[in-house]
This record gives sequence, C-alpha cells and structure tokens, in this order.
Amino acid sequence: MEDTNRLETIQAVATALFITCLADTLSPDVGRATVAVLERAGVEVEFPPEQTCCGQLHFNAGHLDEARALARRFVEVFDGYDAVVAPSGSCAAHVRTHIGELTGQDRGVPARTRELSQFLSERTSVELDSGFRGRVAYHPTCHSLRLLRLGDQPLSLLRTVGGVELVELPDAEECCGFGGTFAVNNPDVSAAMLDAKLDAVVASGADVVCACDASCLMHIGGGLRRRGSEVRALHLAEVLAA
Amino acid sequence: MSQAERTASAEPFPRAARAALPNRQMRRNLLHATTTIRAKRALAVAELADWEELRDAGAAIKSSALVSLDRLLVDLEAAVTRRGGVVHWARDAVEANDLVTTIVRAEGVDEVVKVKSLTTDEIHLNEALEAAGIHALETDLAELIVQLAGERPSHLLVPAIHKNRTEIRDLLRDRLGIEDLSDDPTDLTAAARSFLRDAFLRSRVAVSGANFACADTGGVVVVESEGNGRMCTTLPEVLVTVMGIEKVLPSFLDLEVMLQLLPRSSTGERMNPYTSVWTGVHPGDGPQAFHLVLLDNGRTRALADEVGRDALRCIRCSACINVCPVYRQTGGHAYHTPYAGPIGAILEPQLVGERGAAASLPFASTLCGACADVCPVHIDIPALLVHERAKVVSNKRPGLEAASMKLLGRVFRSRRGYERAQRIARFLQRPLVQNGWMQRFPPGPLRAWGRSRDLPAVPRQTFREWWQSRDGA
Repeated sequence: MEDTNRLETIQAVATALFITCLADTLSPDVGRATVAVLERAGVEVEFPPEQTCCGQLHFNAGHLDEARALARRFVEVFDGYDAVVAPSGSCAAHVRTHIGELTGQDRGVPARTRELSQFLSERTSVELDSGFRGRVAYHPTCHSLRLLRLGDQPLSLLRTVGGVELVELPDAEECCGFGGTFAVNNPDVSAAMLDAKLDAVVASGADVVCACDASCLMHIGGGLRRRGSEVRALHLAEVLAA
Repeated sequence: MSQAERTASAEPFPRAARAALPNRQMRRNLLHATTTIRAKRALAVAELADWEELRDAGAAIKSSALVSLDRLLVDLEAAVTRRGGVVHWARDAVEANDLVTTIVRAEGVDEVVKVKSLTTDEIHLNEALEAAGIHALETDLAELIVQLAGERPSHLLVPAIHKNRTEIRDLLRDRLGIEDLSDDPTDLTAAARSFLRDAFLRSRVAVSGANFACADTGGVVVVESEGNGRMCTTLPEVLVTVMGIEKVLPSFLDLEVMLQLLPRSSTGERMNPYTSVWTGVHPGDGPQAFHLVLLDNGRTRALADEVGRDALRCIRCSACINVCPVYRQTGGHAYHTPYAGPIGAILEPQLVGERGAAASLPFASTLCGACADVCPVHIDIPALLVHERAKVVSNKRPGLEAASMKLLGRVFRSRRGYERAQRIARFLQRPLVQNGWMQRFPPGPLRAWGRSRDLPAVPRQTFREWWQSRDGA
C-alpha cells in the first residue's frame, strides 16, 4: 500500500524537469524558456542535477547494453517525482516506450513522463500570456507525431498566442533528415532530406519554424543559417515564453 | 557471381546513396510517383471502416503461419502433389536456380516467359538461366523496360519508377526497333503489347513467383495489374513457380483478408485487375505440368530470430517504401537488393547475415516511423531496425565508433563525468568557434555535419550552470 500522506506531499512539489542532454549542452535557451513557461503555468519545477542522458542515442544506434544502463539510471534519478516533463518529443517518447521495455517498468517513471505540450495540455486552460509576434510554421517532429501521437496539442497551444499567425508548412509530416547518428553516418541523404524540408519552410512564408524537439531544430536551424535564411528555428517553449 | 560474392562486392548504403543523389531526373520521377501512389493508398484505406481490424487479422494470419511453417509446408506439398503438381525444395539460390534450369532444359527450349517476381530477382534466376543458354523474357511492362535497359528494378512494385516516358520511348525505339513511336503511354503500351503477344504464343515454358499459397487447397496465387502474368500462367505448357517459404497461408479462406490488404496498400486500388489462383494441373486447361520450387535462402535463419521473424510477415505491398523519406531521395538501387526501403533494410540483413553492405542497411533510416503507420501486417519496422542495428553492433569487431559510444556511455553514467565532458568540449572547441557557432569542422562526424549544416557551439553557460546560478541567487 502506498503511503497517502507521502503522495500528497509529493504532489504538492514534485514536478521534475528533464532537460535532455542536448538542450542542456547546446540549446540552453530552450531550457530557460521551458522553465519560464512552466512557472507561468503555475508549476513549481525542480531540476534533479544528477540527470544526464536518457540513453536514446545509444538505443537508436543499437548499443543496447549502454542504453539499458542509462535507462536504469534515468529511472533512479527521477524516481519519487510525481511528474517528469521534457521539452522534447523524441526523448519523452524514448522514456515512455523504450525505457519501460528496457527496465521492465511500464508504470512508474516512464508512465509519469510527459513532453512539454502534452504536460501543458493536460492542465486545464493555461494562461501563458506570450508576447510573441510573427508568422509561424509548425513542424511536427517524427517522434512527437508517431510515437507520442501529440496530434494538434502543440498547435492548440500556439493558437492561444494572439501574436502568432500560423501558416501551413507543405508536407509538414515529412522527416527533416536528422535521425541522430543518421545525420553524420548518412550525411548526403540527411542533407537531401533537410533541403526538401528547408524548401518547404521557405515556401510557407513563415518567419519562424517551430517544433517540440531541440535536436530537429538544431538540424533545421543549422540548415537555415547555412543558407543565409532569415527564418528562425524556435522551440515551442521559446514561442510560448516570449 | 554467387549471392555471397554479390553481397560482398556491394557498396555500403551511404556510399551507394551518395552516388544516386546527383541523379535529379530520377529523384523527380520518384517524388512524383511516390506522392501520387501514397495519396491513392490513403484514400483507398480510408474507405474501409474496419481497416485497423484487417491489419490485425493480416498480422495474426501471417504470424500463425510462420510459427506453423513446418506443418503448413508439408501440407502444401501434399495438396499440390495430390492435384498433379511437383514440389521441389531449395535451400538456397544455387539450388533453386539449378532446379529451374534443369526443368527448363528438359523441355528443350531456349526461352521462357516470366511473371514479375521479386523472389526470382533475389536469387538472380535470369542470370543463371542466361548462363545456361536460356533467355528469360520479363513480361511485366515495367520489368521488361528495366530488362531492356540492362538495369535492375528500383522499386518492389513499380520497377521502372526511376524512368520517365521519354526515356522509355527511346529505349523501346532502340531495343525493339520501332522507328515511329511517340512518348504517349498508350502508344508505348501498344508497342510492348505486340512484342509480348508473340512471346506468349511461342513460349512453351513460363516462370513465376507467388504472392500466396494456400496450404489446405494447394492453390498458388499471383496478384497483378496487366494480365500479362495470367498469359504466362495459362498459355505455356509448363509452369515453374519459385516461392519463398514464408508465402504460405494456412487456408484459402485467409485470402479474404490478404486480398483486401494487398491492393489497397500497394497500388491504392480496391481490387487489383487480375488475381490468378491455380491448383495443380487440369487436363486440357492451362499448363499440363506444374513445378513449385519452395525456397529457403535465409528465411529459416530469419525465422529463428523471435523478434526479427516479424519481417517475414511482409506481403510485398511497398507501402512502407512509398512513405520512406530516405527511399524517396535515393531510390531503390542504393539498397543493392530487390527489397529496397524500410522492409529491405530489415529483411535483407536477416536473409544474408548482418555483414558487408547488408549491415549498413538497418542504419539507412531516421527511425521516423512513417513505415510502421502504413504496414498492412503491422510490422514494427523501426523496432526491427533497432534490433538489426544491435545485431550489427554485436557482430562487428570493436572499432572507433563502438569505442566512442562506449566512452559516451561511461560519461553519461555519472553527473561528474558528464559535467566535466561539457567543460572539456567548451574548452576544446575554442579555436573552432566564432559568434557562438562552429566555424571550422574537424574530420569525423563534425565534418560530416558541417558539410551542409551549421552547428551551434557549447555556450558560455549550459542550462544546468544557469539553473545553479539562479538557484544560488
């Protein structure tokens, strides 16, 4: 039997931010924006400093022993939190589906983990009060689309921002060609896929391409910058926190 | 060339893809054709209220067939034999090719007509027959085009998807000696038709593959669009069918599910124009001799893998190929196997072993998951790609990549190691960075990235450093 008193204490305080190793190291702006959005939504968030990487990189590359060790570690670090929220569809999907399999836990930490827009959508009527202005094309990243099945949760959040003009991204559901190690092990195909995505972004007439994964955005944003494009690649949290 | 030699000499996917990408014409054709076909598929599938139940049923039928293969194949052999057919067993490509060559030779002919068949592409039957002085004429229009061009098919279902009609017009004009030919599809088809009709009428032996075979009745099924397949299975006196052992279904009744799943998934049609089912030999009607060659060629190897065996459910519809963003850029030739795209990337390494070029195929994917959403028999292709990757990793001798993955794994296993690695990266990158972006890319993965994309540098303050400073404030 669970101790009810203990649960209530936990519920009062214990939402953990899983920042992801990539956002921590390369896109701290995404992390800061995530914290801002969560705090505006009235969520008191903690950052367990022991966290590193969920092991998705190793899992997807076929290094399952390392992936299993990191999965166990992840569950230990986030055990005891009522909810775990991550600004990444891909890492949240890895935790929810694969870490469950790797650790034999389908309840517990994997089931309590949410991607940011999922987490926000589960809370009723969040008033985020974003001052963002601009034309936004939303790119549904593959894992948020097909593993988490986020559907239009991120779009619904974007629609709450008065200054956001949503524009349609042609072939929005096509992969941008990132794919983790795919981007460097198959660099030519990856670049060809990215080219198609960038053409679509430019054709949409957007000022900003927005997504729920810092990794895909690093890929798309890196491609836009290489082209000398003015279009910015921003995480959903950055638009919501503006 | 033996199958093993062919696999050994094939180029790994990244290099083969790199060679394919500059072919802009091919990529335009591919994009156009796959876009059309996937839109048709989406409409055809949306019409059925019970599509998801059909997928579940299809997966269940194929899975149950695979676990009872030992019994079903013996049943099939008995049923075919009872109806006057002859069943042969082939462990590999060499045995299958020898069997077919012997049967054709015994008829004393030097030409056979062929029904489009992936399985015979897999074993390179045409080359084996050619070496024995027997010409195998492809009668599926697109297969014929590919054969006349001296190429190999680039798509399971649409073998000449990489060619457009002007290229096809030039090809038919040169190879069939037709001076006056427009690039109108009707004219092109008519030219091929009159050429093929002659062949159907003079050929005494036909070779086919099979989409399904029913263990209870001994019925063998070919699904096609043109009717040329049916010409082959009805006009000649001798019919030889080469079939992978995973194509067997428990019962004729299972076709009720399979014949709904296959055409809607592959061509986006409610029903394909021609479905031929033949059961042994019938005096005075159709071929008077029927040979069924049951081919293993790596299938029992795949079957022994309890996870990997799901790939054997595949009914070769090509829906996964048409939605694959990698295939749509590279085309099928980069996969060096008739089974291109996502299904090829999990099937080929299981059939031939996870080494050589085949070992590069499971990595030819971003794991975007589009394939899994359309598979009519619910093969979890991304999960199988990861499974195959793990087999490749454990097969390979430890190299630089494995060492760096191990090291990275160690770094991630402690907070101290991880934070130290962040600081080391920030220090080491200094000579390469300008304005917060990498300006120069050292050889290796960073250079591969930097060829076409910019990369942000590790910033002055990581997120966790910011959090700590904020916490302290």
